Amino acid sequence: MAPDVEQPPAPPEGGGARWLPDARRRLGRGLQVVARSGTAVTTTLAIFSALVVGAVIMIVTTPQTLSAWSAFPSNPGAALGSSWTLVTSAYTALFVGAVGSPAAWLHAITSLSPPALTAAAYPLSETLVATAPLLLGGLSVSLAFRTGLFNIGAQSQLLAGAIVAGWVGFSLPGLPWPVHLPLAILAGAGAGAVAGWVPGVLRARTGAHEVIVTIMLNYVAANLLIYLLSLPAFLPRGAANAISRTTPASARLPHLAGPGLRVNAGILLALAAAYGVWWLLQRSTLGFRFRMVGASHDAASAAGVDIRRMITGSMVIAGALAGLAGVVEILGVSPQLVPGFAQNLGFTAITVALLGQARPGGVVLAALLFGAFQAGGLQMQASTTIPLELVQVIEAVIVFFIAAPALVRAIYRIRTSGTGFRLFSQGWGG
Amino acid sequence: MQVELRGITKRFGSLVASRAVDLTVEPGEIHALLGENGAGKTTLMNILYGLYHADQGTILIDGHPVHLGSPRAALDAHIGMVHQHFMLVPVFTVAENVVLGHEPVRGPLGFLDRRRAHEEIRRLSQAFGLDVDPEAVVESLPVGVQQRVEIVKALVRQAQLLILDEPTAVLTPQEIGELFRVMRSLKADGRSILFITHKLGEVLEIADRITVLRHGAVVGRTTPDRTSEAELASMMVGRAVEFRVAKAAAQAGRVVLDVEGLTVADARGALAVVDVALQVRAGEILAVAGVQGNGQTELVRALFGLVPPVAGRVRVDGTDVTGATPRRVAAAGVGYVPEDRQREGLVLPFSVAENLVLDLYDRAPFGRGLRFDPRAVTANARARLEEFDIRAAGPAAPAATLSGGNQQKVVLAREFSRPLKLLIATQPTRGLDVGSTEIVHRRLVEERDRGTAILLVSTELDEVLGLGDRIAVMSRGRITGYAQPSTPREEIGLMMAGVTSGPAAAAP
Repeated sequence: MAPDVEQPPAPPEGGGARWLPDARRRLGRGLQVVARSGTAVTTTLAIFSALVVGAVIMIVTTPQTLSAWSAFPSNPGAALGSSWTLVTSAYTALFVGAVGSPAAWLHAITSLSPPALTAAAYPLSETLVATAPLLLGGLSVSLAFRTGLFNIGAQSQLLAGAIVAGWVGFSLPGLPWPVHLPLAILAGAGAGAVAGWVPGVLRARTGAHEVIVTIMLNYVAANLLIYLLSLPAFLPRGAANAISRTTPASARLPHLAGPGLRVNAGILLALAAAYGVWWLLQRSTLGFRFRMVGASHDAASAAGVDIRRMITGSMVIAGALAGLAGVVEILGVSPQLVPGFAQNLGFTAITVALLGQARPGGVVLAALLFGAFQAGGLQMQASTTIPLELVQVIEAVIVFFIAAPALVRAIYRIRTSGTGFRLFSQGWGG
Repeated sequence: MQVELRGITKRFGSLVASRAVDLTVEPGEIHALLGENGAGKTTLMNILYGLYHADQGTILIDGHPVHLGSPRAALDAHIGMVHQHFMLVPVFTVAENVVLGHEPVRGPLGFLDRRRAHEEIRRLSQAFGLDVDPEAVVESLPVGVQQRVEIVKALVRQAQLLILDEPTAVLTPQEIGELFRVMRSLKADGRSILFITHKLGEVLEIADRITVLRHGAVVGRTTPDRTSEAELASMMVGRAVEFRVAKAAAQAGRVVLDVEGLTVADARGALAVVDVALQVRAGEILAVAGVQGNGQTELVRALFGLVPPVAGRVRVDGTDVTGATPRRVAAAGVGYVPEDRQREGLVLPFSVAENLVLDLYDRAPFGRGLRFDPRAVTANARARLEEFDIRAAGPAAPAATLSGGNQQKVVLAREFSRPLKLLIATQPTRGLDVGSTEIVHRRLVEERDRGTAILLVSTELDEVLGLGDRIAVMSRGRITGYAQPSTPREEIGLMMAGVTSGPAAAAP
């Protein structure tokens, strides 16, 4: 038997059939170099892989391409051609829907006419509108995670924020906006903080696991909203439908680029919050304690940190951030509360935090990507036969690959010497 | 069975963990593999056990090259390993653990044949004097017996070569004696043992042949009758080693730590420390000796405020800190070197720089109010790395990447960076190599000479005798007596076993 020795890859042999493995090896070697710089490459590859999976799903779920493939032996060109057309048109629509079409931008820049600019920037505006609440929610989940907590309750905190901010908005009409808007924002953040404080203090004082408590609170918040939408305090006079009154202009986040574009100050609020969370984690003594508790309860208590206060405090701030996500949604985008308000935003936020590796900078990029998917997915649905749900599949597959970095490394032959990812799957014992 | 490693080389990135190592273990031989932490002992054994693949070199069994691609292949080649951290399922019985992955079955449905498993274990247990009850639940067994369960596991799989990775690190002196008896009976049966350790006395006592590793390469081969502890140590470290801790007589001053009637419960609610009274004076080292698990851990945790005591009073320099939070105890001038430095002493994913300020982050110059200044933290780290000779890639290197000795230096450097009245050091040199141990001891004596009171808790008798100005012996949660460093080891050993009679039990 040969000695057990792992040989370095042999130099490629000649022969036309060998080009594929050789190219793969070369690509792999190139990637290895980059991989040492961190997790950015694995993340990018996960996104790329998810787009490939999305393409396959498109092909097998579209009758035309599927029938072309069943005739593959007699007409391979048609199968490949129709698949290519389908995938490129769908992804082009996704891209155009997210950042705008190059032609429209070119026209807008050369003409500089306000209507052309508005038209060209519309997709980008939609992306930013979708990004703001995802970013705030992602920051909420990330901050809790850095303290070693799984905030599955961003949705409940978000709803609490939206309910209270909306109520302050429509029940106090007539206030001047410099008073009304900040008041509504603060009230929403405060409501989120209270909704975060509940699981935080339960975890800190009684040991009730925050995952269970926050999951349950999501139901509480969703049903509380439905109940509130039956009360006169929330409904317009004489209304029969469960749709709340509308927040007045004095409590609305101002538009940033004119009334034609929905992009509003919410995105600025979200970016400021991202900076704030970064500062908190990296430049404040409180954040240092949060991170210490997140990394090691034993070391933190030996260093004199009050773990219970840190857990409660982190959940309060996380709750406030998620509350702000609800605020930018109700004061920026959908001014009325309805049952099922904000849909799954609080859950998508968990994905955003995961993709962003629970780091504020990463979360900004992840939220932008998901915001772009959101905006572009609608365009894709409108201009091709591919439904918006495909975007959700792609998002889910990204998570899948991120959660299984070893799989990505295996596909792309990346070798790492690192210690591996910070995974959300770790530390459930808490 | 003869096992030969020939020219084994293993690299991890730029680090060469094994450098062309040749090693032969003859049948019926106890072969000691000696080296400091990081010398490449474990890497070499992991290659032999199929966990790592050598970059170069060959493994031969009875002269035939073999490919050991996995632990299973190693087991099939009759190589067994007892890891330093046991691979046992705590809630399973001994028999269940032993047969796991290798279950004897009967009947068409493959029911577990417990009777056969029990018989086999009893047979092996008797043949080698292992004294293992197949029906006992593993978590209820003392560490020494758990280790023998691991040995049974290897024997059931017909191991002819047993790799014992630092087997004595977790044992009491009595248990070590029993282990050596078992090792001799295995040897008498013609089986070979590769005994990995960094304890010199044990090597001289049990080994037939000795191979010394340093920086991944073999630096010496010898036998016990041709060498001495001093020679082995200098081979391991690469220079002559001072065994005795150089220290002047203690200049004991006022009482700094004053403990009265301290009673502490363990996590299960049982009393682990019972009515302990002790005093440590400024400028002296009080060493608490005792076999692991006799209440030392709970005593120290209660003193530092990590668990509230059931009864008693603790005063530090006159301030009552009974039941105070660790923060308040630390503020009273108490430093703490925890028993488990990787769990309590350090935040492993944090950088060395951050670890150096774990309990200083909110004081100038590192923090002011809410503000935290990473630049000051980094500057502090540069100074400490230099001052304590901490070998790290830099201030930003995660603490997890440091060797055990350097991790401990980080803990000491941090604790020494604020003014201390009392230092509580628990097992400060556990798992450290000779060189690092020397440094830690020197630092502790220096701190003593600066007038700090030091409470040293250690299960290493050598350390207790070498460092302690006075020695308190703890057994079953009580201080069973005081001794002087000149007290014969046997006498202290008796006190550790709970025998309180004799002159050693006299007043301090």
